[in-house]
Amino acid sequence: MTIGNLMMTQLEHHHVLTALVENHPGVLARMAGLFARRGYNIESLTVSVTEDPAISRMTIVVAGDSMVLEQITKQLNKLIEVIRVVDYAELPSVLRELALIKVNAEPRDRSEIMQIVEIFRGRIIDMGERTFIIEVTGGSEKLDKIRELLNPYGIKEMVRTGIIAMARGPRTA
Amino acid sequence: MKMSGAHVVLECLRQEGVKHIFGFPGGVLLPFYDALYDCQDIEHILVRHEQGAAHMADGYARATGKVGVCLATSGPGATNLVTGITNAYMDSIPMVAITGQVRTAVIGKDAFQEADITGITMPITKHNYLVKNPEDLARVISEAFHIARTGRPGPVLIDIPFDVNKQVIEWDPSTYPKKVDIPSYRPNIRGHEMQIRKAAQVIAEAERPVLYVGGGAISANAQKEVTELAERCNILVTTTLLGKGAIDETNRLSIGMLGMHGTAYANHAVNNCDLLIAVGARFDDRVTGKVDKFAPDAKVIHIDIDPAEIGKVRFADVPIVGDVKLVLKELLKHVQPRPWSEWNDQIMEWKKLFPLIYPKDGKLYVEYIIDQVGEATNWNLIMATDVGQHQMWAAQYFKCRKPHHWISSGGLGTMGFGLPAAIGAKVACPDSTVVCISGDGSFQMCTQELMTASVYELPVITVICNNHSLGMVRQWQDLFYKQRFSQTSLEASPDFVKLAEAYGCVGIRVEKPEEVRPALEAALKVRKKPVVIECIIPTEENVYPMIPAGESVSEMKQRTDLEELKASLNTDSEAWSFSEEDKVLSEYVEEAESVQTP
Repeated sequence: MTIGNLMMTQLEHHHVLTALVENHPGVLARMAGLFARRGYNIESLTVSVTEDPAISRMTIVVAGDSMVLEQITKQLNKLIEVIRVVDYAELPSVLRELALIKVNAEPRDRSEIMQIVEIFRGRIIDMGERTFIIEVTGGSEKLDKIRELLNPYGIKEMVRTGIIAMARGPRTA
Repeated sequence: MKMSGAHVVLECLRQEGVKHIFGFPGGVLLPFYDALYDCQDIEHILVRHEQGAAHMADGYARATGKVGVCLATSGPGATNLVTGITNAYMDSIPMVAITGQVRTAVIGKDAFQEADITGITMPITKHNYLVKNPEDLARVISEAFHIARTGRPGPVLIDIPFDVNKQVIEWDPSTYPKKVDIPSYRPNIRGHEMQIRKAAQVIAEAERPVLYVGGGAISANAQKEVTELAERCNILVTTTLLGKGAIDETNRLSIGMLGMHGTAYANHAVNNCDLLIAVGARFDDRVTGKVDKFAPDAKVIHIDIDPAEIGKVRFADVPIVGDVKLVLKELLKHVQPRPWSEWNDQIMEWKKLFPLIYPKDGKLYVEYIIDQVGEATNWNLIMATDVGQHQMWAAQYFKCRKPHHWISSGGLGTMGFGLPAAIGAKVACPDSTVVCISGDGSFQMCTQELMTASVYELPVITVICNNHSLGMVRQWQDLFYKQRFSQTSLEASPDFVKLAEAYGCVGIRVEKPEEVRPALEAALKVRKKPVVIECIIPTEENVYPMIPAGESVSEMKQRTDLEELKASLNTDSEAWSFSEEDKVLSEYVEEAESVQTP
């Protein structure tokens, strides 16, 4: 469920949707089931609580043309527990993702890696004898790029949160 | 006051106006059935298989428009409901299914008769609930009924663990919510004013309009509005399988069903129209065939309560989201009368060219049986059907005069639906004549419910059209699989007359056309027993017209003998007559009455 090597700039047919949902057990299963059943392709899905503990916010990156997107939005809205669905393609918005990357860090490579991390405004949050864990946030393109640059050192493990989104200015979801 | 969860459930059902529950007990439902033992206001119909319970609740809902209620125990009881719930979901039928669940403490531990029924039914319910706290019961039940009956109706499942039913809580029945408001669920029922005006304008400008009316018009109870629109604008009306009854089919503006086995003239009309007014219909593949070639020159006005239906299959030039009845009422304020048009004459011409017709050659055909059922009851009956060839013939030949008089499994195509659905309808409408048209294949999928009908003395008439085969699949093998009739022969069948009698029903066998009417007249006189009429029909008959799956109107197959039949229609009227068969009739009446005496 990650965006993998795809860059957001290439993702013309990808949309970032935000769904505000009642914070009930089973809501995620309903959403995931809906996507699977109707054959929609989820690229990433994140869920977390919002400023109101009774409401969760899901951010979904999906592939498909505008017809598919319209159906996804409508079908999501049909779920009883879905309060609202917003498509961020239409809005000026901030998209962010966080990645944790565990990379081989032999003593001879460490300063180079640290430079890369600094350029990407990331942080080294764990340092072992032979590894770093790097934390980096940003748009998907930026995360793809740092991954590419760290690849030669040997990435042992990587995890990404998937995109979260927020509209710019006073507008809220 | 102090009461158990089960008592709370029953009180909530009572307050929802539930009069009948179709169900089957089981271990985890013991507290519920114990509470039911003293309940005066709700009659429980004990079925023989939970699938029957779900279909009965479905038939009950279709006959009345009210929410049907079924009940099953945990595990296998609940999973046996699944087909029936899916059937209701596909056809947007309001239903509340209540299932027992194992104790909350052992949920998720593979306890005896545990099944994750909320997980299983997620994609086949409009919504479902697992109630873990008896304090939530009243809220959940009120929400379930609200969700089931409002917006686009559908089934809602409530899973109640043993201990939740058993636990005694303090609850005041007067606090049961009279009005439900779910902030995340507020269906839009009033159509957009501007779009409605635009629709009126588009109708005024159209030269070749057709009304295409589906089950949404039935659930919205919009027969009056559909008819008024059709009559004021002189627009001919074709209905889907589930839309039958949205206009009186004896009205000259009705051109019958469209789609795969629809009338040729309805399909030609839709194919050539320049405006398609879709009312509570969803452009199902059995209606459209090849979507690109469906009504290719038409603008589309699409009225539906479910926004997701609009644009799902076909782009709508004028989309209107709202309750069909309310939208049509509003639309009627804006549309001007239109005269009968040349376009309508053209459709009538097609009707003459490609009539629905069958031979009168002494063989017994389902078309004739349906005609006779209609005439024997003055077309005033609730007709339920099973699924297959007999269903399509019934849909073609049954002139449905009222909404809720046609009960058939559309979206899911569930064999075995007919008998239990007819039973549900009869429970709901004891004063109506209920006839189930079935086939030898379908009937054997829920035969056991004959016992239910028998025990509750429900005089449901089941007509089994026995062609000794799985006719519809056989038809496809005949037409598209080089007559390789793989596994579609049902040559070995039970003796349906004896089977009926074994269940305490009246059984009648009919082999000739002239025996049909007397058998029906006899059956209609039986008051306290179900009747099974087995009609032996030819095996090799196919349903025509037919547009093969995924094709367009241009590929429509007609009867090969259409021209001959049309010619004979003009020369000799009826090859034989039943009106002078009083002798045979009285014989049957005697027989039926003699069986009836206890």
